[in-house]
Amino acid sequence: MPKRKDIKRILVIGSGPIVIGQACEFDYSGTQACKALREEGFIIILVNSNPATIMTDPEFSDRTYIEPLTPEAVARIIEKERPDALLPTLGGQTSLNLAVALATNGVLEEYGVELIGANLQTIQLAEDRELFRNAMREINLAVPDGGIVKTVEAAIRLSEQIGFPLIIRPSYTLGGIGGSVVYNREEFPAAARWGLSASPVHEILIEKSVLGWKEYELEIMRDKADNFVIVCSIENFDPMGIHTGDSITVAPAQTLTDVEYQNMRDAAKKIVARIGVETGGANIQFALNRETGEMVVIEMNPRVSRSSALASKATGFPIAKIAAKLAVGYLLDEIPNDITRKTPACFEPAIDYVVVKIPRWDFDKFPGNDQRLTSQMKSVGEAMGIGRTFKEALNKTLRSLENGWSGFHARDNAAISRMTRPALMDDLRSGTADRILKIWHALTIGVTPQEICAITGIDIWFLENLRQLVEFETVITREFAERHTLRAETLRRAKRMGFSDTHLGILTGKSEREIRSIRKSAGVLPSYKIVDTCAAEFESFTPYFYSTYDAENESTPSSGRSKVVILGGGPNRIGQGIEFDYCCVHGIMALRKLGIEAIMINCNPETVSTDYDVADKLYFEPLTYEDVLNVIELEKPDGVIIQFGGQTPLKLALPLEKAGVAIWGSSPDSIDLAEDRDRFGALLDALDVAHPQYATASSVQEALEVAGKIGFPLMVRPSYVLGGRAMEIVYDMASLENYMHRAVKASDEHPVLLDRFLEDAYEFDVDAISDGEHTEICGLMQHIEEAGVHSGDSMAVLPPYLLSREQRADIVETTRAVASHLKVKGLINIQFAILYDTLYILEVNPRASRTVPFVSKATGIPVAKLAVQVMAGKKLEDLGARFAAPTDYVAVKESVMPFDRFDKADIFLRPEMRSTGEVMGIAPTFGSAVMKAFQATGVDIPKTGKVFLSVNDNDKARIVPIAENLHKLGYELVATHGTAANIAGRGIPVKPVLKVSEGRPNVVDDIKNGTISLIINTPLGYRARQDEYAIGWTAIKYRVPFITTLSAAEAIVRGLRASHRAPQEYCCLQEFYQIRHNV
Amino acid sequence: MQARLLLSDGTHYEGLSFGKEGTAIGEVVFHTAMCGYQEILTDPSYHYQLVTMTYPQIGNYGVNPKDFESRKIFAAGFIVREVSPIVSHWQANRSLDDYLKFHAVVGIHDIDTRALTRHLRTHGAQMGMITTSRSPLPALLETLHGGKTLVGRDIVKEVSTEQTYAWPLGPEPEPMAKKRHRVAVYDFGVKFSILRSLYKSGCELEVFPAQTPSETILAWNPDGIFLSNGPGDPEPVDYAVASVRALLGKKPIFGICLGHQILGLALGGRTTKLKFGHHGANHPVKHLPTGAIEITSQNHGFIVDIDSLPKDEVEITHINLNDHTLEGMRHRRLSAFSVQYHPESAPGPHDSQYLFDHFIKEMDEFNA
Repeated sequence: MPKRKDIKRILVIGSGPIVIGQACEFDYSGTQACKALREEGFIIILVNSNPATIMTDPEFSDRTYIEPLTPEAVARIIEKERPDALLPTLGGQTSLNLAVALATNGVLEEYGVELIGANLQTIQLAEDRELFRNAMREINLAVPDGGIVKTVEAAIRLSEQIGFPLIIRPSYTLGGIGGSVVYNREEFPAAARWGLSASPVHEILIEKSVLGWKEYELEIMRDKADNFVIVCSIENFDPMGIHTGDSITVAPAQTLTDVEYQNMRDAAKKIVARIGVETGGANIQFALNRETGEMVVIEMNPRVSRSSALASKATGFPIAKIAAKLAVGYLLDEIPNDITRKTPACFEPAIDYVVVKIPRWDFDKFPGNDQRLTSQMKSVGEAMGIGRTFKEALNKTLRSLENGWSGFHARDNAAISRMTRPALMDDLRSGTADRILKIWHALTIGVTPQEICAITGIDIWFLENLRQLVEFETVITREFAERHTLRAETLRRAKRMGFSDTHLGILTGKSEREIRSIRKSAGVLPSYKIVDTCAAEFESFTPYFYSTYDAENESTPSSGRSKVVILGGGPNRIGQGIEFDYCCVHGIMALRKLGIEAIMINCNPETVSTDYDVADKLYFEPLTYEDVLNVIELEKPDGVIIQFGGQTPLKLALPLEKAGVAIWGSSPDSIDLAEDRDRFGALLDALDVAHPQYATASSVQEALEVAGKIGFPLMVRPSYVLGGRAMEIVYDMASLENYMHRAVKASDEHPVLLDRFLEDAYEFDVDAISDGEHTEICGLMQHIEEAGVHSGDSMAVLPPYLLSREQRADIVETTRAVASHLKVKGLINIQFAILYDTLYILEVNPRASRTVPFVSKATGIPVAKLAVQVMAGKKLEDLGARFAAPTDYVAVKESVMPFDRFDKADIFLRPEMRSTGEVMGIAPTFGSAVMKAFQATGVDIPKTGKVFLSVNDNDKARIVPIAENLHKLGYELVATHGTAANIAGRGIPVKPVLKVSEGRPNVVDDIKNGTISLIINTPLGYRARQDEYAIGWTAIKYRVPFITTLSAAEAIVRGLRASHRAPQEYCCLQEFYQIRHNV
Repeated sequence: MQARLLLSDGTHYEGLSFGKEGTAIGEVVFHTAMCGYQEILTDPSYHYQLVTMTYPQIGNYGVNPKDFESRKIFAAGFIVREVSPIVSHWQANRSLDDYLKFHAVVGIHDIDTRALTRHLRTHGAQMGMITTSRSPLPALLETLHGGKTLVGRDIVKEVSTEQTYAWPLGPEPEPMAKKRHRVAVYDFGVKFSILRSLYKSGCELEVFPAQTPSETILAWNPDGIFLSNGPGDPEPVDYAVASVRALLGKKPIFGICLGHQILGLALGGRTTKLKFGHHGANHPVKHLPTGAIEITSQNHGFIVDIDSLPKDEVEITHINLNDHTLEGMRHRRLSAFSVQYHPESAPGPHDSQYLFDHFIKEMDEFNA
């Protein structure tokens, strides 16, 4: 059956902002799908609120809507665009839930839109836990004992029947949110209540725990003729009980016999036939009892998922692309395998290497939280490593994480290597971010793999491999002690097990570089092998490589063609995510357009940059000095681009340059100059640009001394950070001293930075591009929140809404001066503040910033692509780009916080970045754009109801007009006593409400009762904290919008006024850009 | 202990010995299944072959008392990237290394099996030697060249049963269907899984040596005749071809793998050798009458040439989607059909079990 002729226009829904559980893997799948469908001649209408995605680049679809992913917005877009079909299976849970909403509220039927990929019944069967369990029983597949309940009371009754421990899984949620493992009766009611509130349909599954069972996932594809293939099997290193997104996972399955594996395959085939995945990909999770082989079905996702992105990268089989083609009518045997070109896509990839994925967590941004891993996902990113053995892949992945780990050991981690055996054994029972290193320590102090298996449930095969690594450490140290060097054979064996040069250096007391030179002179060099889907059975044409230390090298560098290596950003983390991958991908596209061979190095399986058909060559490798330099020494590129991947490649800039590598764009010295406080301060002084007074301190004493000189408030932070880690504002000596003791370990090598904090200043962000002579502003953004909120967490508006012509000119001129002095070639980002008419520079980054994609989307200027052309030697004036800011519309960027994942998070925005993702609202007016941005973050502000106000003394004056506007808009106002008195004094009707500490019923009761529509609460200081946290955490759980700065409140009022005035209009980027070009 | 793998074109690889120490000669083939090594080693079709697994981690789940395809290891030698020193599985009762030692089979590990696979893909399957001998390469190569190749040689005799026997040999799960059909099995090197599949479908089985004349078979009065899988080149197995020719039309016939090739020869077709064969568990096969695709288990070095069959007599029912070679056929008038691949799988997907039911149906119809 060839492709369908009866559909022409297809609506594709993306997954929205990056949140925990739903990250850039859906940009990868969506981008693939859009490309595949456009190749087939379909007209693609895309909706996604996330501007940092490649899929929302206007060239990937015909009509690109960066709009909130709400049923209302999408319904209006459907009304306007009249698509024939909606493809909901590539945008994660968000897209699937939206499709269900639009199908059940009649919109799809009204406009004759067909669901393709998965129909309503399939989605409901798979997503509704009760229907799914019944369906499994019908086809004689076992599921864990349990049942579905909708109330806490029913949950308690059921829990008594099932017994503890048990698992709570909310229906229709993402990344296991609201889910938990409950060990006892006492903790149960609260856990059940949380689960019910997390489920959009107030429904939870309570399931007998299969804690400790082995956990597997199968990634499958099926076409409408019932042809079925398994793309990949995945075995979890961490057994049942830890969310698979938080588990170390391994592909393919390692410890299943063929009989067991084929039973699982048969089960998967029956499941998809029963659930009815008509076309496309799905993923099914199984648990297996390690003692008896008993198998139960856990769950199924009738869509592409995080695991399918991993499976695609692990096998080379492009699941999303094929899924899209199947959805429009093709059969599996009608689609060629891109990699072999000669064989079809209907086969099961055979792989001849081992893939390990390890998640990355950012717990230190959420202090006080339970850091144990449970059935609710908490990781923010992941790294993948490929090796010929589990040992090699594991070691490569460990060093890809950029946690400061150089492999499977904790020799440089005092906290772990000092743990006593009893403490260790106790700790190992629960999954934690560094359990793998604790296992190393356990093995080194003589705990046996069997003992570890008994308390962790980790399969003995994995543990035995880890034991071999520990054992080989001893071989190395012994040989080095005897010979004062390492024999080539020992080095080779170590490298075949994945030992890094750094790790070998630690074992031998040598530096990484010394080991490198010993290794190279011993002739121990990596070879590169191809990921080819077929274990070398057929010739392959994919330029997708991984390193190993096997005999044959399959990567032949091209010659006679200029080539450039781009270094990616590694695993996602808070502060360094999809935005940087976006820049890398644009960099690749620009290089290829210039006829330059683009070589990508990255280790993040979720990204577009690691799609094998994006770059000319992809090396899936850790972004360490060793691994990167190995590739460079083989490829001998003309240059390496380090300014796109965030902090990760930046850290390599100087070492690579020292090793003789040509860095493209701004020099590492310029980058260093911008990062070095003193050098940079001197530059600004020379340019006569104001900057907050600053100092560095290497001890508590020194910090207190310099603080006295500079004065308070002060912004304090450790040096060399991204995303403002451990950054705080302190107002007095006592809190400074507290910070110095609590947050950082200051030393000569890592001093603490102190800056005078410009309270109440307006902040601006500039992204500019320079060719070394000329500098052009690509985007000038104003932050809505005042200085003191990290730029990554604050709302930004383009163009600025409060900026005089003179101030603007001042910013432009200063940007040019700085760029020129730093000899910037490529991108530069400057953060400015304006306080009492003085322009200050807060920070300069001569590299791609987090705002590059937002600026590109808001202006239509291909910022990163232009940067590559400039790096390649072109002059800005020859590029024909227009650098004017939009005049007919406004774009607002708002960030998305992960507070719903962390029950004790500090809910007030701070100088430390904690957002995971961003959305964009774009509209003709500021108010509409703000409203869209809020809605896109998932905040839905009812048009009526109560607004709760509680502000600190500084904000008492500014809250009055806000209150007045809200009153005029028809909201009922309630406020704490102080705030209420202040507002009532101005004749605005307001009812006082009790704080938590003042008795009941109080504001928390009101939130729980669902009577509050919006909360505006600015922090009142330390003493009010408990009250405010109680309000904030309740608001987050009950999904009530919670605004913590007055400027955001002012913005939201403008948004509400706009939306009360007229319904939102939805326009695609192509329309917005058209407006610009007509001007 | 050091070991070497030597190919007849002179290529050699240095590795480490496991299993028995010593020397083994055979045709070197690669297998792309990621698990199922126990089934592969014990499949008689690998007689006289040195098998390399493309998946690098082998032996992880050890060897268990259930997943055998015959009474012993038939592969002449085993080549892997990394052999697991420990075993992790609830059913396992020994390690792969022990198992190879027990059956006196040589193994080599720690070599670049992907490089070997690429070499075989490019230069074709060829004779090779695994050895722990320290003799110089030219001497070893001379011994290797002195060995016989697979082409033109009947090795079926070496693996077929000497005595006729009834299946099951021991306790087996109860058949799904009531025993309705007597099936005579020609043992060219039959896998237990095939016998199990037939038994499960309700067949009473008698397994006959490969050289059994057609008269003896007919004298047992079967409802159907099964032609099993087996090793090597089908052409020299001319006695079987003659028997099958004599049996055609007399009873429903079903052939798998070598059985398919023998049926092909009996129907007037020709067999040829593939460059490196099909050995894996992921080969897509299209069933032409329905268009359905099966992911199949495959293990063969020879094929029936798709163009050599008389078109008016033989219908092509299955083709391989990777290289469009013949995977299945049926006689247009007589009850005889066969597949080149392995519907019993082991190792591999269970997509093609329907063929056993089809055989039952053929017998029902023939005898009706």
